[in-house]
Amino acid sequence: MKIFGAKSARARAGAAPSPRNAPRHVVLRVRGGALQFGERRLWHDLDFDVRAGEFIAVLGANGSGKSSLLKVILGQQQLSAGTMAFEGSPVTRGNRRIGYIPQQKLADEGAPLRGRDLVALGVDGHRFGLPLPRAARRREVDDLLASVGASEYANVAVSTLSGGEQQRLRVGQSLAGDPRLLLCDEPLLSLDLAHQRAVSELIDTHRRQRDLGVLFVTHDINPVLDMVDRVLYLAGGSFRIGTPDEVLRSEVLSELYGSPVDVIRTRGRVIVVGVPDASHGHDGHHHHDDDPILNEQAGSGGGTRS
Amino acid sequence: MNGIDWADLWSQIFNFSDYGDLIVLLQNSIIAGAVLGIVGGLIGVFVMSRDMAFAVHGISELSFAGASAGLLFGIGVVEGSLIGSIVAALIIGFLGAKSRDRNSIIAVLMPFGLGLGILCLALYPGRSANKFGLLTGQIVAVDDPRLNSLIAISIIVVVGLLVVWRPLTFASVDADVAAARGVPVQTLSIVFMLLLGLAVAVSVQVVGSLLVLSILVTPAAAALRVSSSPIVVPLLSMLFAVLSLVGGIMLALGGSVPISPYVTTISFAIYVVCRIIAASRARRGISGRKLVALDA
Repeated sequence: MKIFGAKSARARAGAAPSPRNAPRHVVLRVRGGALQFGERRLWHDLDFDVRAGEFIAVLGANGSGKSSLLKVILGQQQLSAGTMAFEGSPVTRGNRRIGYIPQQKLADEGAPLRGRDLVALGVDGHRFGLPLPRAARRREVDDLLASVGASEYANVAVSTLSGGEQQRLRVGQSLAGDPRLLLCDEPLLSLDLAHQRAVSELIDTHRRQRDLGVLFVTHDINPVLDMVDRVLYLAGGSFRIGTPDEVLRSEVLSELYGSPVDVIRTRGRVIVVGVPDASHGHDGHHHHDDDPILNEQAGSGGGTRS
Repeated sequence: MNGIDWADLWSQIFNFSDYGDLIVLLQNSIIAGAVLGIVGGLIGVFVMSRDMAFAVHGISELSFAGASAGLLFGIGVVEGSLIGSIVAALIIGFLGAKSRDRNSIIAVLMPFGLGLGILCLALYPGRSANKFGLLTGQIVAVDDPRLNSLIAISIIVVVGLLVVWRPLTFASVDADVAAARGVPVQTLSIVFMLLLGLAVAVSVQVVGSLLVLSILVTPAAAALRVSSSPIVVPLLSMLFAVLSLVGGIMLALGGSVPISPYVTTISFAIYVVCRIIAASRARRGISGRKLVALDA
């Protein structure tokens, strides 16, 4: 498995779980999965496994069904065809062994909610009845807060925290109940670069410590490029899965999109240019276009970032 | 305006002669006020965290329509206002999942409800004092059966809220994750609307439909200014609502003015004080960061 990018990644590579050399326990298994809304076919014949400790980035144009894939795993959406098994049984709604981290949305001031309360909701927010203070519950919440480095603002109103701090709390919340699989839906969106780094490293650390499978939906691979084991790329109703080196190549993505696409690698970053507009949305889509020149070269729909 | 007799005006607003006798006479009203304060303060926390203040106003106008219709057709004010607010709450709950949709639905329903209510009142041949009371409150008219129905409905609302408290909190502040964790977000939303409908209906009968916000929103909004603790906020909110209602009733006893101005003024004053406290804390840089726990 080749990993490119920062030095730290190479240093870690020895410890990285490798699905090829040492097959691990399969957390999620998808076979012949298809999702279709009326005439609109998002993807079909989807086959892949997520193994314990494996970090998979899910990439693809807007409207390619990345978030819908997570919805299916969460049991909120039915597959049109195929099977999906979590820990050997069909996926069900509200499985406590699946953690979920959505994109950061600033909580509004209308709710009485401190950092510790957000995490506590992950512990027992689904239970009916009053949240009576118990020592065990408090300890669990304290441990989770400490494990994501959020103890400092445990008693601060969530609405006054920064986006990065809120996402740290969300990671802590998602780890409650000792999940086997973590689903992340654009968790870095609207964070600055430093916080993107911090939050993705936090997720990376925990998946190694806890042997967690991670499915990480993102429009930009670069913040997690040196962490991911494999990439699942959804486009044109089909998909490719493999290491970043295997999937993020001009010929592979051109075939997937059915039109010429260039993958440019520069300074440890991957930039995809020339992605056609998603057939159903109006947003052009690129991986990482911080560079305005490259952005212009892409010339597809104005370089919108979702 | 040289005709105003200030002493007379004052005695109309504040008059404490024969106070002891009046208190005994209005015992029911005071109990009603306290019970209503607990209900309003408690549900107000969720009204705030679900951003439903406008919905409360909309429901209360339909509750007014129901009460007026109840008066006109002889079904009874209590029954009418209950039907009106539950129908409104369910319509808003089912059609207004997104806040934009919700606001437009409320804005459509509200004037219609108000108009319907006014029509029924205009056709009602009885005493006009009753009519005015539905809009601005008539706490003096709480007789035993009415107090009993008010307490019964209040118990349903409070017990219902306590049962769904945690998942409703989860669904209110963090709907996506709550759904992912298996919380029945949709069902809870409808359950909440039903409880809100009941709470509005009992409030309308006492403070009137125009002023329901002062006990279902203002106390919770004030409490949120001074705390973010999910335990302290509901307790403070209930305390503020009870203070406003009971205090308002006590002050209103002797005067000849309806009780609502007293209630709304106290509740507004509490809100202003809480904002001042929050502003002064912010100036001194108190945020709770680094283990400085301000509230429980």
